[in-house]
Amino acid sequence: MSPASRPVSRPVSRPRSRPLSPHLQVYRWQISNTLSILHRLTGVALAFGGLALVGWLLALASGQAAYAAVTWVLTSLPGQIFLIGWSFCFFFHLCNGLRHLVWDAGYGFDRVVARKSGVAAVAVASVLTVIFWVVALTGVVA
Amino acid sequence: MSLKSPLGRALGLGSSGTGTEQWLGQRLSAIALVPLTLWFALSLLAFPTLDFYAVTAWVSAPLHAVLLVLLVMALVYHSSLGTQVVVEDYVHAPGQRTLTLIILRLVHIALAVTGILAVFLIATRSPL
Repeated sequence: MSPASRPVSRPVSRPRSRPLSPHLQVYRWQISNTLSILHRLTGVALAFGGLALVGWLLALASGQAAYAAVTWVLTSLPGQIFLIGWSFCFFFHLCNGLRHLVWDAGYGFDRVVARKSGVAAVAVASVLTVIFWVVALTGVVA
Repeated sequence: MSLKSPLGRALGLGSSGTGTEQWLGQRLSAIALVPLTLWFALSLLAFPTLDFYAVTAWVSAPLHAVLLVLLVMALVYHSSLGTQVVVEDYVHAPGQRTLTLIILRLVHIALAVTGILAVFLIATRSPL
């Protein structure tokens, strides 16, 4: 084979061990980043909850049969699990969202305060979820 | 003085000069959702039963219908902006990303229209 007809060698893909800029794995796992991720996850879960809310309203607008079908789905065991999950997602996203709004206003950035407010957000959200379901299932209000 | 390079300026790269309204819209809808969602959660708890007639009568009250439409609008807007940021952060393939963003936007528009129209239809339904 003459040198001229040799195929042009294309650069081989770079070695995989090349240095990379620091990413998630170099940081210690702690409450601030956990709750940041949880805020997004619960937000995405609640987007589907919004879908369920609109579905519920559409069923109510469509008539008794459709409403009965949706009620049956929501009160089934998987439906109940989803509702309980969404309720916790809602209360957490609400509490942590308020925490974010306080940060946006420029307060609460101190490391100790930020950790405490994180613990508080999880605690308050858990308590509110339990209270909500106790009241819903025992009908204290009604 | 612009900090963009001449080439960047010609290609329209660099800061777009817009985007603040999206950040602000996310926060404003969040603030609106605090009372609206809490009102909705408390209303659900106050229902003796969630049967068809009781819920229909409740939605038909003008104040409830207005608040429900506001809830749907704020919720869908907040959801649209939030999920858009998630896709922008994690979906990198250009075609896939654009397609996902388009589908997401269309789904949210459909959700808003469906939710608002549903409340309107329930509220204006002739007494059963």
